Amino acid sequence: MRNDIAGKLMTAEEAVRRFVSDGSQIALGGFTVNRNPMALAREIIRQKKRNLYVVCHSHGQALDLLIGAGCVQRLEIAYGGTGRFAPTCIRFRKAVCSGNIEVEDYSNYQMALRFLAGAMGLPFMATKSGMETDIVKVEGFPPEMRGTGKVPSKKLVVVENPFNGGGDRIVLVPALNPDVAIIHAQYVGEDGTVRIKGLTFADLEQARASDHVIVTCEEIVPRSFIREDPDQNSLGAFLVDAVVKAPFGAHPTACHYFYDYDPRHLKLYRDAASDDYLFQQYLDEWVYCLPTLEEYLEKVGVTDLLRIKANPVVGYAKDLDRR
Amino acid sequence: MAISAGRMINNGDVLFAGTGISMLAATVAKRIHAPDAVVIFETGGIDPCLEELPLSVADPRVMVGSSLNLGLIEAFSILGHRRLRTIAFLGAAQIDRFGNLNSTVLGDYKNPRKRFPGSGGACDAASLAWGVIIFMEHEKRRFVEKLDYLTSPGWLSGGDSRSEMGFARGGPLAVVTNLGIMRFDGSSRAMYLSEVYPGVNPQEVAANTGFEIDMSRVCEAVPPTEKELFTLREDVDPQRLIVH
Repeated sequence: MRNDIAGKLMTAEEAVRRFVSDGSQIALGGFTVNRNPMALAREIIRQKKRNLYVVCHSHGQALDLLIGAGCVQRLEIAYGGTGRFAPTCIRFRKAVCSGNIEVEDYSNYQMALRFLAGAMGLPFMATKSGMETDIVKVEGFPPEMRGTGKVPSKKLVVVENPFNGGGDRIVLVPALNPDVAIIHAQYVGEDGTVRIKGLTFADLEQARASDHVIVTCEEIVPRSFIREDPDQNSLGAFLVDAVVKAPFGAHPTACHYFYDYDPRHLKLYRDAASDDYLFQQYLDEWVYCLPTLEEYLEKVGVTDLLRIKANPVVGYAKDLDRR
Repeated sequence: MAISAGRMINNGDVLFAGTGISMLAATVAKRIHAPDAVVIFETGGIDPCLEELPLSVADPRVMVGSSLNLGLIEAFSILGHRRLRTIAFLGAAQIDRFGNLNSTVLGDYKNPRKRFPGSGGACDAASLAWGVIIFMEHEKRRFVEKLDYLTSPGWLSGGDSRSEMGFARGGPLAVVTNLGIMRFDGSSRAMYLSEVYPGVNPQEVAANTGFEIDMSRVCEAVPPTEKELFTLREDVDPQRLIVH
């Protein structure tokens, strides 16, 4: 019997309802302004998921939206920023400073290696990154939280290299096995194979480490197309639980070869996010009142979507006004 | 600042660029000073053509014309590769006399006065690169005696402490600010003033530094050339996205 996505193809609404629960540990695919799973993030907010435990390396738009909407209780992260549009993510910053969210800092490499450990079925991974820093010496999570649920018993451990005898220190970072990874990809084949174009960041490690994987995609393509060039493929169908067709599903972040990030929307968001009342208005206007992706895209409007449409050769919108 | 940093780069170096001025310096270095230098991003874009200025390390503009588009893990392995002279450009909110950096919080970690984005790849770059060049605005509140939080390791507590603590290589080479350039003493590893820009009085540097800094070795920097300025303003950043 051939693999096919018939059983996995569903709406964002169903995918979130089935695979994201209150308190889930959730890995966000993408990186700051690039290929964030925005359609899924908005659906998570609409379904009022609560107490989420988010794990990611460097995140931006989707993370900030989820935190701002009150969905996130706990966060393990290396970087919260949206490039030049918000050097520090605004709702993230506010939540940390007001104590509304528990946060634990790692570095990008450490977080990526934690997903790798989880993907490989190992309890930890090793690195030379971070010795003698406060990333290693200072903990955000209170001691009584350690070892409960998915919280690792230790933030990290510095050990002596057992092969070396003396004086060579190494940092061990604990594995991650999230409940669910949410990822936006360019293509999913009719057989369920996932193809991500451009940079994959740590999406593949996140997907391979997680118990469930939801993939939104720009296009569903014929089996013959996706199998023509297997070295271009990213993730096997056997690790994917839900596939959702979602054109512009990463908007306002970029999706290589399809569209650039949307400077206008990112600035609109930034202005709204700086004020609590305006931010609630943003959530009402752009999330709660637009239950489908089609309605969201209608509101963004054809003019703005065409403005960010990617040039097929370079994969971004050439000469886009990004001021 | 971007031009000063660019001048420190040689052909054959591998440049690891972060966001903002970091990106500008790497792009300028490649256009003018070291056309054979390879620019890499922690997001995995290796030697992209950089036709347009990226505004983030995850900007699609870092993925184009590259020799390789890799994952995060491979990119960091390259950053730390024992055969490669990788130079990372980093910025930070605070720096101490040994070039340790803070880009995480001001105040107590659990109850911060101010929250910054966090390490991202900065701690990794500071730990693993062959060398680091740091960009800072030269202000007393940034050049501090003691960091609120140590995000990225520089020379740690000076002397041999970095290698004693298990780092195989690396360490800050220079600090480039709006007033001048600082370097680190070969044995104590403490910061000293190396160059001031034309028109800057070394006393201004002392007044804007929150710790004692050796000024006995200072000389005047060569100002940016017309070609350097033109490249920066008209070629690299015509929309003035990063250049003021």
